[in-house]
Amino acid sequence: MQLPLKGITILEFSQYLSGPCAGLRLADLGARVIKIERPGKGDSGRQLSIKNLWVDESSLLFHTINRNKESYAADLKSTEDMFFVKQLIAKADVVIHNFRPGVMEAIELDYISVKKIKPDIIYTEISGYGKKGPWSHKPGQDLLTQAISGLAYSTGNKDDNPLPFGLGIGDYLCGNQAVQSILAALIRRQKTGRGALLELSLLETLIDFQFEFFTTYFQTNQQHLRSSVNNGHSLLSAPYGIYQTANGYIAVAMMPLEKLNVAIQSEELKKFTEKDAFEKRDEIKAILTQHFITDTTDTWLTKMNLYDLWVMPVLNWEQLMQTSTYQGLNMEQEFAVGNKKIKTTRCPIRINKQYFLSDIPAPKLGEHTEKLKSELVKEKI
Amino acid sequence: MKLLEDILVLDFSQFLSGPSASLRLADMGARVIKIERPVTGDICRGLYVSDAVVDGESTIFHAINRNKESYQADIKNADDLKEIKNLIKKADVMIHNFRPGVMERVGLSYDAVKALNPQLVYACINGYGDEGGWKDKPGQDLLLQAVSGITFLSGNKEDNPTPMGVAVADILAGTHLVQGILTALFNRFTTGEGALIEVSMLGSLLDFQFEVLTCFYNDGHELPQRSAVNNGHAYIGAPYGIYKTTEGYLALAMGDIPHLGRLLGCDVLLSYINASDWFDKRDEIKLILKDHLSLKSALEWLAILEPADIWCAEVLDYDMLMKQDGYKVLEMEQEVSIGNKFLKTTRCPIRVDGQILKSGKGAPSLGEHTTAIRKEFDL
Repeated sequence: MQLPLKGITILEFSQYLSGPCAGLRLADLGARVIKIERPGKGDSGRQLSIKNLWVDESSLLFHTINRNKESYAADLKSTEDMFFVKQLIAKADVVIHNFRPGVMEAIELDYISVKKIKPDIIYTEISGYGKKGPWSHKPGQDLLTQAISGLAYSTGNKDDNPLPFGLGIGDYLCGNQAVQSILAALIRRQKTGRGALLELSLLETLIDFQFEFFTTYFQTNQQHLRSSVNNGHSLLSAPYGIYQTANGYIAVAMMPLEKLNVAIQSEELKKFTEKDAFEKRDEIKAILTQHFITDTTDTWLTKMNLYDLWVMPVLNWEQLMQTSTYQGLNMEQEFAVGNKKIKTTRCPIRINKQYFLSDIPAPKLGEHTEKLKSELVKEKI
Repeated sequence: MKLLEDILVLDFSQFLSGPSASLRLADMGARVIKIERPVTGDICRGLYVSDAVVDGESTIFHAINRNKESYQADIKNADDLKEIKNLIKKADVMIHNFRPGVMERVGLSYDAVKALNPQLVYACINGYGDEGGWKDKPGQDLLLQAVSGITFLSGNKEDNPTPMGVAVADILAGTHLVQGILTALFNRFTTGEGALIEVSMLGSLLDFQFEVLTCFYNDGHELPQRSAVNNGHAYIGAPYGIYKTTEGYLALAMGDIPHLGRLLGCDVLLSYINASDWFDKRDEIKLILKDHLSLKSALEWLAILEPADIWCAEVLDYDMLMKQDGYKVLEMEQEVSIGNKFLKTTRCPIRVDGQILKSGKGAPSLGEHTTAIRKEFDL
């Protein structure tokens, strides 16, 4: 199958995760993604490692986010380098940047300027908090946007500190939403020839992510409160949550209490009816906590599966990898850097039963600068 | 012109994963028709949470299904199915999130539908993929989080596995589905052919964990270790996390520990000059910070840290957030009409050509548009 976005060229003036994870998805779907990086250091993500894992002069983290891309080194403050960058823009379909507001304006690569070079450009801006208002110059860092957006009050139990998601949800989701809007803008461009300006921010993304909670809040004028016991979702009633068993943990989703009790036989639980499931959820969940600890995960799963109740074991990655479901998903793929083989995950979308796999590693800083310059001269882009 | 003007989407899905995908398509300009079974419709209509109800239906349903139409039909009834098939012939996209096998049994598998409309983009979400032991299990968010390993990333070291408190599997699968749908629509313009798009909620949660999973795959399968103190990210060193102060909470992201010590007047931190200790000794460092930050209010600390360009923020709840100019300026709120009532909700987070995308159209009542659609499409 020919890759669906073949022929689309994307210039990525982005660092860290939000912009680059958008570029990665588009690359996997077939677009040519060229990172425009400053000489010397490049994307700051190159030097950001987790667990001190390095592949070459760049971190494993950088390689994970930037595989399947090219790199063009350019100093955006140099007239000569800018000359080539503008030629690249003239050949590009999409620009993605995640600089703080004002940076692209200062070097005359804002939408209005870029549009003069390429009238049908799809110009995508990712900021932390939008371009207006008192927060526009705050650093658009993931944990901070989680803190400000109210999201930290969704996870953990009632008496815990506000608890952030332990992953970069603001960055990741904003990048993914950028992909949606870029694709929609490409569709409009096919029909009309028009480009687009697309603006996204981590904060707006995280508010949208909580749309069920915000809408409920607007209706009730009451903040949602996390359950005191094994909170799974602040708007849901007992038994929703994760419970410790004699030898592990189980996740128990929505189900009528009576049906649950037919399966697990708790004398204490009999005192409650479905009407109590939200109001008295903490009491009920405390009883369930005492009950589930008395037997093993397998026993509870067997008992509850008999009644088709929504329950699953809690697994870590090692345990997950042993399951036929994980193996059936074929989520893993490999790429090589020199003679180092690196395993990573694939694009989660399947089209016509095909996976989108790529074994192209992340580029070295400026690896494709000369090649791209000569392509520009030969008008091959 | 809206980005997705003239795109017709038939949404057979229920709850959140599929409907969140069609909501985004609607906001970008597509016309979305929910195909709902008689009597109950989308089960989400009756999913009451925390007693918030609008017009006898759940607030959550209204949030997820605004800007859509409703066509009532029973896919197990031959006459209804005939009309649905006629509608499918006119559609650009159809979405479902039934368990594997359901659409096949009623004759609406991709192959069957492709014969009716070769240009159709057929998109489906399932929980666990279509192979393996769990393929027939319900695709429920908490259960997907439980098996995906993601519950070992949030919360502190000694806590139970902690799920993320928002339906992240549903929303990410819906987001990835939209990406697949739009990719196929883009490609259709040149090939003239539709496509089958498949996303699993488990695959979406694995993709969300792609950075840390890649770390795990390549470091000899070391499982994540959450920080014992104010964990913010299992793989990031001190000071990353949320701290209690005398008044309010303070979020601190990455930063240089001795520099932070000088700014905060916390001399004990000055000795941590070796950057690798910020990870290796993070619990020790964070415990010192936790004690020190409990001496003043969040706003007092911010007044010191923000001018020094330290990555920090006050932690806000909804009451606090609503009062901020930084929130108001985003104009995230919109009102939609339901009958003669109005419901306040949030808008699509994307701005296009400088405009925010709003729509005042509330969620439809069950079958509200059946007659009109039947007439319009001559079913």
